[in-house]
Amino acid sequence: MSLATFWFIVIAVLWTGYFILEGFDFGVGILLPVLGRDNADRRLMINSIGPLWDGNEVWLLTAGGATFAAFPLWYASMFSGFYLALLLILVALIVRGVCFEFRGKVDSPRWRARWDQAIFFGSALPALLWGVAFANIVRGVPLNASHVYTGNLLTLLNWYGLLGGLTTLSLFALHGAIFLALKTDGPLRDRARALAMRIASGAVPLAALFLVASQLSHGRPATDVTAALAAIALLGAVWAAARGREGWAFIGTAATLALAVATLFGDLWPNVLPSTTSAAYSLTVTNASSSHYTLTVMTWVALIFTPVVLAYQGWTYWVFSKRLTRADLGEADAMPVLDSTTRSGPGADDVPPAPVGGRS
Amino acid sequence: MSTLDLSRWQFGITTVYHFIFVPLTIGLSLLVASLQTAWLIKKNPAYLRLTKFFGKLFLINFAVGVVTGIVQEFQFGMNWSAYSKFVGDVFGAPLAMEALLAFFMESTFLGLWIFGWNKLSPRVHLATIWLAAIGTSLSAYFILAANAWMQHPVGYTVSPVTHRAQLTSIVALLTNSTALAAWPHVFFASFLITGAVVIAVAAWHLARGSDAALFRRVLRLGLSVTLVAAIATAVTGDIQARLMDSQQPMKMAAAEALYNTESPASFSLFTIGSLSGSKELWSVRVPYLLSLIATLNPHGTVQGINDVERAYVRKYGPGDYKPIIPVTYWSFRLMIGFGLVGALLALIGLWLTRRRRDIPRSSWFYRVAIWAVLLPYLGTTSGWIFTEMGRQPWTVFGVLKTQQSVSAGVTPSSVIISMTVFTLLYATLAAIAGTLAIRHIRQGPPAEIPTGTPDKQLPVFSY
Repeated sequence: MSLATFWFIVIAVLWTGYFILEGFDFGVGILLPVLGRDNADRRLMINSIGPLWDGNEVWLLTAGGATFAAFPLWYASMFSGFYLALLLILVALIVRGVCFEFRGKVDSPRWRARWDQAIFFGSALPALLWGVAFANIVRGVPLNASHVYTGNLLTLLNWYGLLGGLTTLSLFALHGAIFLALKTDGPLRDRARALAMRIASGAVPLAALFLVASQLSHGRPATDVTAALAAIALLGAVWAAARGREGWAFIGTAATLALAVATLFGDLWPNVLPSTTSAAYSLTVTNASSSHYTLTVMTWVALIFTPVVLAYQGWTYWVFSKRLTRADLGEADAMPVLDSTTRSGPGADDVPPAPVGGRS
Repeated sequence: MSTLDLSRWQFGITTVYHFIFVPLTIGLSLLVASLQTAWLIKKNPAYLRLTKFFGKLFLINFAVGVVTGIVQEFQFGMNWSAYSKFVGDVFGAPLAMEALLAFFMESTFLGLWIFGWNKLSPRVHLATIWLAAIGTSLSAYFILAANAWMQHPVGYTVSPVTHRAQLTSIVALLTNSTALAAWPHVFFASFLITGAVVIAVAAWHLARGSDAALFRRVLRLGLSVTLVAAIATAVTGDIQARLMDSQQPMKMAAAEALYNTESPASFSLFTIGSLSGSKELWSVRVPYLLSLIATLNPHGTVQGINDVERAYVRKYGPGDYKPIIPVTYWSFRLMIGFGLVGALLALIGLWLTRRRRDIPRSSWFYRVAIWAVLLPYLGTTSGWIFTEMGRQPWTVFGVLKTQQSVSAGVTPSSVIISMTVFTLLYATLAAIAGTLAIRHIRQGPPAEIPTGTPDKQLPVFSY
């Protein structure tokens, strides 16, 4: 295996990590208006991803940085070509990122309601657009002889791209619902589980359709296997969720996402960005990659530091593995707070909450 | 306007904006870590109150810094795809390392710190804020190494086959003299800003007499940090000036608008009249100073713009190699000027609040102390404008010009849309973050935490 192919796999792994991790925090954001019936619910939902979402997003930054370093031509053509789509994603990620931090800073229902809306759009838009982007990468985009994208935003909104977008949107929502069922307790957990089943009724056919469409046009035997395994994992996840086995269900949706990314990258290889204008203009693992020296340096850096990163990020997940309940929010929010009630005095954040009790 | 001009404006706007938040992130993370350490060692609850207080201010600032940082990484590919293709083999490496080594550390441990107050032992919890702070400073090193390569490219060759830059030595890239000089300069300038913020916060409360005993100490802390940071920033900046003189003589000459080679060369504090090489109307000059800055020798020769231009034409072919002189001339002065005034004010402040003295009563003292917070921000902004505009017309000095760097397939209308969106969004964010920060500062530190209660009782940070 060439170093360039190794880095192609590394980038696939980074996107897998991103979709699995940020996938559930996008999902939680998407479900915020549906599952969050009162402020306490919504705070619980946000706090369930609170310590994790920023670290999850770094997977995207690392995927971007790795693409820049290992495949500069891919990075250049893709990022300039998908200009307006990426602008939308950036705006969504910016708004969403500050939401979490700013939402609780002013004790006003209107203030919070506005940020809740922003969290929804900031999560749903990238969840949709990443699917659109990846479907189009597999499908190919118009590139000229200098590998410059010659389409526009509408070029990306073809039926296959939109199907890919709806697939990621629904899978992330499902993944998020299962995550919430796994991370919360009481009525919120029950509702999250029930909602997961309803989302599954949309997500399963969408994902099946998308995978079949992908395999019919771009498939190869190896990826037929991963696509089939993705479908099995998804059905297994739904089956586990229906039986209240939330841990298994979460592993199931995570495996679905991983296998789906493996399928797409497998379909793509040895291209990294195929040209629909002429196959000769396609960017490939070979013609888009960095020099052997750079790839060697980056390989050593990745081999040494990735285990370290995985260890401490894994540890974070372990530290925050306990289910969250209303008691964790502090007394002020342990009782349902209607959005119409205006409370004066110190903000919810300033109330010393009851002990979380992780270390007792 | 062309895609090139629009993209330059967008990069300037988004980068200057991003760097409003970066220095305070660097400085406050370390300050908060230090305060929390002091609390653990001395068990004085005042330190815990300050940790919480500055910790929340840090988080408000951090949030905007992080989200605007994502744009920076994407922008190279979106607007500067020709640049990205050409330099990716070299420039991509420090960016990828920044993400893997620094961003993960910063964000993961910060998440642990925010939510881990009751879940981690005090020592482990303290370690998380230190690791987050170290991640932040490490991130600054990688991005400055990437920028330093644009100022002074080392450890690379241009491949005759692909006509792209190729890395030949990662060690040379990461130990670039320009990066080794730039990092401490940026690091200490960050404390100039952090010190000024601490001073302004303390002054606001002292002027109202709230928590006077606590804030007197905070004020002195801020003043000391500012003074030490100012000296260190000046020293490191001075080292950079000599590197600049040897690595980018045009930038040195443009900093003074020195058209003809002089030895000794004087430094003008300001000039009235044209900077286009014709005789100025009036200027205030310090003899020998420019020679001293550039060469450490009062009689040293400083090359003028015209001579450097002739040398560049011989080396790089016909063309105009001058940056926009008024921009470099004034940004250089403003950078130094804002820094110096800030340092001077800190010195006066330290004198006025010296040992056993009551805190000053004059409202002017507090007014100045609060508004002086703007000085280092203007200084760092001027500094970046100087160093980036002074490198023009190059993106990678001597290797790739800015006009060759822009994305080929991106239309001006796309950039107009993105620039408008970013500008409006950033302005809104600034208004919101600013309002929240001021609200938080006015509320003051959380009330005294009763001693003797187990650490379960400590207020947690949560959303």
